[in-house]
This record gives sequence, structure tokens and C-alpha cells, in this order.
Amino acid sequence: MQAGAVRDLERMATDRLKAAGLTWEALTTFAGPRRLTLVVEGLPAATPDREEEVKGPKTSAPEQALDGFLRKTGLTREQLVERDGVLFAVISEKGRATATLIPEMVERIVRDFPWPKSMRWGTGTLRWVRPLKRIVCLFDGAVVPFAVDGIESGDTTEGHRFMGSGRPFAVKDFADYRAKLEREHVLLDATDRRLKILEAARAVCHAEGLELVDDDGLLDEVSGLAEWPTPILGAMDPQFLDLPPEVIRLSMKVHQKYFAVRDPKTGGLAPNFVVVANVEATDGGTALAAGNSRVLSARLNDARFFWDEDRKVGFNVWLEKLKGVTFHAKLGTMAERVDRIAALAREIAPLVGADADQAEQAARLAKVDLASGMVGEFPELQGIMGGYYARLAPTPALRADPPHKGEGDGADLPPLDGEGGREADGWGDAIADAVRDHYKPQGPNDAVPTAPLTVAVALADKLDTLVGFFAIDEKPTGSKDPFALRRAALGVIRLVLENGVRVPLMPQLRRQFAVILTDLYYNRRHALLDAARSLKSLGVPDNWADELVLKLGGATKAVIVEPGSWGILEFMPDRGAAIGEPLLAFFADRLKVLLRDQGQRHDLVDAVFALGDDDLVRIVRRVEALGAFLETEDGENLLAGYKRASNILRAEAKKGDLPDGTPVALDGAPPEETALIAAVSKAGAEVDAALATEDFAAAMTALAALRAPVDAFFTAVMVNSDIPAERDNRLKLLGQVRTVMGRVADFGKVGG
Amino acid sequence: MPDVTTEPLSFQDLILTLHKYWGDQGCAILQPYDIEVGAGTLHPATVLRALGPRPWKAAYVQPSRRPGDGRYGENPNRLQHYYQYQVILKPNPEDLQALYLGSLKAIGIDPALHDIRFVEDDWENPTVGAWGLGWEVWCDGMEVTQFTYFQGVGGIEVDVVSGELTYGLERLAMYVQGVDNVYDLKFTKEGLTYGEVFLENERQQSEANFHGYDVDGLKRRFEDMVAEVSRLLAMTGPQGQALVLPAYDQVLKASHLFNLMDARGAIAVAERQSYIGRIRDLCKACATEWVEQERSRA
Repeated sequence: MQAGAVRDLERMATDRLKAAGLTWEALTTFAGPRRLTLVVEGLPAATPDREEEVKGPKTSAPEQALDGFLRKTGLTREQLVERDGVLFAVISEKGRATATLIPEMVERIVRDFPWPKSMRWGTGTLRWVRPLKRIVCLFDGAVVPFAVDGIESGDTTEGHRFMGSGRPFAVKDFADYRAKLEREHVLLDATDRRLKILEAARAVCHAEGLELVDDDGLLDEVSGLAEWPTPILGAMDPQFLDLPPEVIRLSMKVHQKYFAVRDPKTGGLAPNFVVVANVEATDGGTALAAGNSRVLSARLNDARFFWDEDRKVGFNVWLEKLKGVTFHAKLGTMAERVDRIAALAREIAPLVGADADQAEQAARLAKVDLASGMVGEFPELQGIMGGYYARLAPTPALRADPPHKGEGDGADLPPLDGEGGREADGWGDAIADAVRDHYKPQGPNDAVPTAPLTVAVALADKLDTLVGFFAIDEKPTGSKDPFALRRAALGVIRLVLENGVRVPLMPQLRRQFAVILTDLYYNRRHALLDAARSLKSLGVPDNWADELVLKLGGATKAVIVEPGSWGILEFMPDRGAAIGEPLLAFFADRLKVLLRDQGQRHDLVDAVFALGDDDLVRIVRRVEALGAFLETEDGENLLAGYKRASNILRAEAKKGDLPDGTPVALDGAPPEETALIAAVSKAGAEVDAALATEDFAAAMTALAALRAPVDAFFTAVMVNSDIPAERDNRLKLLGQVRTVMGRVADFGKVGG
Repeated sequence: MPDVTTEPLSFQDLILTLHKYWGDQGCAILQPYDIEVGAGTLHPATVLRALGPRPWKAAYVQPSRRPGDGRYGENPNRLQHYYQYQVILKPNPEDLQALYLGSLKAIGIDPALHDIRFVEDDWENPTVGAWGLGWEVWCDGMEVTQFTYFQGVGGIEVDVVSGELTYGLERLAMYVQGVDNVYDLKFTKEGLTYGEVFLENERQQSEANFHGYDVDGLKRRFEDMVAEVSRLLAMTGPQGQALVLPAYDQVLKASHLFNLMDARGAIAVAERQSYIGRIRDLCKACATEWVEQERSRA
């Protein structure tokens, strides 16, 4: 909130100063737990005098026009100036003393301040984030007097609530304000507070041979919570260290805003924490550290309770619980989602070099920790706890008796918990890692998993999310992306690209869409109908929902979800594309953003996407090759030639149908024409061969060979010959140039 | 650790100290309301008095019943019956934070030794349609008080803002006495423990809350109370006023019955919002009536 307040104050002050016609040299804002400060340096003592000429009627205009103008300007006829038969009013405005402008500016800022939530207090009507106590307002060393809702401005403020003198004090100017506050144990600037915390926190750790675990987010947060931040090292019972370190760190951070501490000798967490107090306690912090330690113990005891209970409960109970957890009102329960992800992970597995059975198992376990006590308490630990629990869970029947030895027969999976009293030795690292990491990458800077099993589950998870929300028409709009679909799409793109996964997206999208619709249909018909209705925006006919319901009415779920016989897609073969295409376009947008961040031109992504390819790896290779080609002189000139050819063809197409067929070497044709015919034919063959092996550099080289003959052709040959046979032949030739180049990319989408 | 130059306060001395302190500030020291409530705020002395224009100052201890929080006396921090110390000052005095800090000093918490923080917090109680802004007050990382400037009650924006302080008495006493288990608290200076007073109560009430009460009976009584609210609101008293105070009592009873049903696991997820909505509507009906009465009395 403080960060927002600083920005809002800066923006509002800037707007107000500009509107008042003031100039300034520097404008700075500060926010802390108890005060919000604005400093404007280099303000003039007054706004300048202004002279403005307002154009009036012509001297020849009727009297009424002149009267109106005089009324408007408040001048007399004699005061107007005449120039070239037109009357002008010269209006001069005296500058105003800055000090007289400030009260209204400040009052407006206070009254209009956009706090996310504001309140009234006492019997007043003013709204502020918490009761507003004082307004200090100085200009050029003097108080600017005014009042906002009874609060009078002045030069008096107060220091730290506990460490200050306890008496209000007057200040002369900003430097004095800042210095006196510091003397009264208030650091005005969040940057200073941040620095003090970091240095002192490191120092208190270092003094005990320990290291602070850096956490920028936490550092920002605690910088806003204390006026005189004072890091203190506290100790906790070392027996808590057998909890997963993520649990300890999160418990410290979320509930208590403590930093974790590392023991450099072991590399693991030390049984310590750093609390950033707001006071230098008179006993050096002993009582305070002990008090915080007791609170932390209670927190960690809670965490230990969840850790112990969770490990007793086991996965079957949780899976059962997921049946009662709604993922989204229109997209069913978490258990249904798990079924879908598991089926999709099976299909993706062979494409990424993972075992299908293992991928399905990992996917089935991936969301189970959402039902655990620990994730209920700390949602941030989703995946991480699942990873721990999967590693520690009683051995499942999986490895002894794989559920899908042969072809899947649609039978129910075996129970997830071990049966028959086998010793606990977990699900194995690959599955546990997949469970732990399948949410990754969580953002543009998060690492992308590389283990094949993890990649399979991570892709299935994200594709199901994307397809699901697109199916119910919950696409991101503008800055709103409540289901983090942009992040999911970027995740898919990075997983695919960074692992070099060769997978055509379209069939996966269509397939998952069919699964989701089937799920919706079987589990909540009304939601399906909603979803179907939302599809109308994608060009699906109005009666589609009814037809769909009718069509699916007699089918069984097993038939429909079995790979290869997607009832819905068979029913609407072309409509799968209607669903997939907006999503593919969404991927294209995300890919553009990603490539742009890497310095690629977004028009090249468009040029390649226009070919209809849905293999991201191939798309990116093509974009890269195209980018490199267009940076060469050949590429640049050939692009110009392409545009020229395109323009001619487009102009000619307006006059009538373009001639069809292959150009031939006409008798008496200019050598440049014959040469281009040969060059295009050769280039076409080479391009095809290169594309077949996905050698895009070679395809570009083949195109480069066209540059000279294309240039020569345009220099020497007139396309619009008077002889129809010549004209037709030349148009055919240009058409062929466009076609051959178009196999590599849609050059029409490349910017000049 | 408490600041022990003197013996830390017993549980009852803590209460008596707060009574003395807030009594000296001009608060009427009231006694607990005689109907089960889930929070001290629900006492009519807070939730109803916060409405309307008339000034009001009161402090009281209120036992709070949270049937679902019972742990059979086995958890050192969780109880289904515990005490809140409630202060309401209307309009809020300008120096309410300083007054509050004075009360901490009075019970032996020295801000020169401890880290007292006002952590910004939005408060709301959806069941009574009340909301406000204020702080959670932390002492060495532990929340000891909820500090709220009431902005609305029963869905109605307040005429005059009240400052409300809710101290968690057991937590505060545990902190002052340096005790890790609530049942080890000294209730009296002489050594009677909190456990001797309340442990058996927690055991029996927990069992009744989770397994004892007859769900059908609870539901029936809930419906009875709901019907009673409307009936009473439609009746008039000797000065022609609607019987809003007795009606509000029935709302409190309905609310407690709902909490009992919830603890028995008798409220389906889908029903939950509807129950809470019904209670909120009743509360709103009472608040709407009450605020009119208060405005006419002012």
C-alpha cells in the first residue's frame, strides 16, 4: 500500500502543479508506517504573468458578434487590437504567489487520495487510510496556513512512538524535518530503512557465525512496517529443523515476517530467525527476542502438527477429498481435473521421452497435496509438499504391478496407497520431482523443469488450464488475467522450447477441449450448456449445444474419453479448430512477447505463424532463420522485391482474375525473364528440400539466390506488357515468386 | 518474558486492572451479556450502540463461544469458550492509540522492552454485516488486540465512528505470565489455575459440540428463533417502538445455533452462505430499526 501511495502522491502532485502553471526542479515522495511526505524543490515564488491573445470577429462582422466577444472577454472595443481586418483581445493574467496556490492543491490531494480502502473517524467526514493527525506544510521556510476538515496545517510533527522525545517539535524546512525525525528515531526514506535492515540483519547473523537468508519481497515488506527498524537475532528450538525447510521459512515469513538464517557450516537452516523490531529495547532486545521465539514455537508447532498428520493420512483420503473441491464452478471438481490431466499426461509422455504409466501416476498425485493440512495452511507450498509426501508415501502397487501394462483397458487405477503392509519407501524420485515441480515455470524468471516426467505433467497441467478457461470463455482481457492464463501459456512455450519438445499443439488443444466438454457434459449438464453458449462467440452455430447434447446423449464416457475416438470432435470436425485457433493465437501473442524480450521482431513471428504451423520449436527456428536472413543485404532487397511483386499482383487482381499456371520461357522474352523463371524453379525445389529437413538456413540461402534475378527482372522487364500472353506469363512468374517465398514465411506480414 | 520487577498479574487481576483503567477513562463497566455469542462485538453494547448519533463509552468482559474451536482441553491454545475484553468509545477519542498503550502499561507490558506494532488490518464480521479499519496490535510478534474504527454495522454506515478494542484475554495473560499452556494460567494470585476452572468444561462442551447436540433439534430451534425475530420486530412497546432489543436477542440465539450446527458438521457447503445470509438479514432488520430509534432519541 505504501508503494502505491508514493506513486499516487507523485502523480497527483505533478498533475496539480502543472495545472497551476508551476514549474519545479525535483519532486520526491516518501511513505512509512505513520507518514506520507512530498518534497518539491525549485518551485518559483510565483507563477509567471501570462499574456494571451484571443482571436475575435472580423471588423466586418455584424454588431452582435462583436458584442458577444466583448462580453466573453470583459473588454471594451477600444481595448481590442486590430490586425489584418480581425479583432484580437489581449488578455493578461497576473502571476500568483505559489504560497497562495498550495493550500488548494494539498487539500485536493488529501480529499481525492485514492487509498484502496479509506475510513472516517470520530465525528468528521474526511476519509483517509487511518485517522489523519497532522499536516505539516512549509514553503520557503514559512508555514502555509490552511485547514482540511478541521486539521490545521503547521510546522509541527512528532517522532517515533516509543523512542522519540514524546513531544511534538517544529521544523524549518525539509532538511530540518528529515534530520530532526532521524534524531527522534524515524527514518523517513524507505530506501534508508531497507538498507539499515539488510546491513544490521546481516551483522547480527555474522556475529554468531551465521548467514541471513536473503528475501527481497520480505525485505520490502518489513521496510514499510517500522519507523526505526531494528533487526534482532532470535533462537528457536533446534528440534524444529526436522521440518522441511520450505515450511520453516514460510511459517516465519507469512505469519511472523521473520527472516530465516542459514548455518554456513551445514548449508542448511540454523535454529535462528531475524525479527525486525520497531524499537531498540532498553535490555538490548532480550525480552523481545524471547517473546518472538515463543510465538514462533507456537507457529512451528502448528506446522509440525500438519506435517505429522499429513504423513499419516495418505493419498487415497486426499484424492477422495478432491472430489469435493471445486476447481471452478464451470470446470468441475479438482478430482475431475486430475482425471483430465492424467489422461493428457499419458499422451504427452511419449512426445517428451517419458513413460506413459509414470506420467499418468505422477499427474494423479500432482494435485493431491491441495487436500493436505499443510497446503491448506500454506497454499504457497502446493507442489512442494506433494513432492515430500510422494517421496515419503507408502509404496504404491505401481512398480510391482503397473496399472497399464498393455493397452489401457479403461479399468480403474489401483489404489494409490500401498496395500498389504509394504514398507514405506515412496513413489520414487522421478514421480516425486514431477509432483513437486509441475507448477513450474511460475514466471519468466523461474527455471524450466527438464526431467521428462516433470515436463509431461507440467505441460498437461497448463494445457488443461488454458483449454478449460478458453472453453468457458474466461480469456484474459486487458490487465485482467484472474486465472493467470498468460503465465500458463508462457509456461507451455518455455517448457516446449527449452526442452526442444516436438509437439504439434493443435491436436493437443482440440483433444483436451473434447475431454473438458465431455467432462462438463457428464458431470454438470448446465455448465456444458453455458460453455457451449459461450462458444457462439467463436462462430459456433446457435443450435450447437442442443445438437451436442443430443449427439452425446447415448454415448458412454469410456467411449468418448478413449484416445482416437473423440465423439465431440467427430461430431464437429471443423469446430475443434474454432476452439483451438483463438488459443493458438493466444500462444502466438505470448511467443511474440517472449521473443520480443529476447530481441526478436514480432512481425517475424506473425509472418511465420501465418503459415499455420503449431510446432513451437519449428516456429522459433524459422523466426530465427528469417531474422538472420532479413538482416543480410540479399534478404532486405528480396523483401523489397517481394513487396513490389505483391503490389503488382494485388493491383492486377482487382482488374480481374490472375492468370493461373506455370510461366514458360516465351520466344523472344528478355533474358532477365527467362533467368528468373529458371531461378524460381530451382529455388522452389531447393526450398522444398530444405523445409523437408527443417533446414531453415538452407531455405533462406535458396531464397537469397532469387535476389539478383528478381532485381534484374524488375529493372529490365515491364510486367504490364501490351501483349496479353507476355503480361500473363509475367504475372504467373511473379505469382510463383510469391508462392515459393510464401512457403518459408508470409513475407507480406514482415514490416518494411 | 514479562517485565518482572513485580509479580505478573493473575488472570482476574488483569481483568480488574483493565476495568479500573477504562473505568477511569469514563467507560461504563458492564457485565457480560447473558446470551451465547461468538465474539464480544456482538454484545448489544457494541454492535447496537455503535449505530446512531449518541455518544457511548463502555467496557466489559464477554465470554465468547466458538463451538468448532473446542479441542477437548488438549490443545494449549484453542478453546471453545474464552474471554474477550471489549472497549467501545464513541466517538473515538483522538488519542485512542495512546490510551490503548496506557492500558498495556497498566497490565505490565513496557513498550521500551517489547516490540509493540500497529499492523494495518481491515476487519469485518459478515454475520452481522459489520466492517471497519484499524490495526492488529502485535506484541513481540503475537496478536494481542484487534483495534477497529467501526465504519458500518448491520450493513448501515455509522453516523459517528466508534473506536473498538478487543483484547484476547487468555493470550494476553499467557504473555504477561510467561505461560505456554492456557490451562497453566494463574487465575488468582493464590494459584488457582485456569485449568481448574475451565478444563472440565472444555472436555464436556467439546464432546457436546462435536457429537452431542441433536441436529434436527438445532435446526428446529434455529427456525423458531428466525420466526421470532420477525414477530417481535412487528410488535410495538409502550412508546410505540418496535421490540428491536428482544428481537436482536433472538438473532444472537439463532447465530449460536448455527455455530453449533456447523460444529456438528450439519451445514453443507452449499447451505452455508444461505444460513449466514439469513442471519445477516435479520441483523440488518434489527440494525435498521435500531438506528431509527436511536436517531429519534438523540
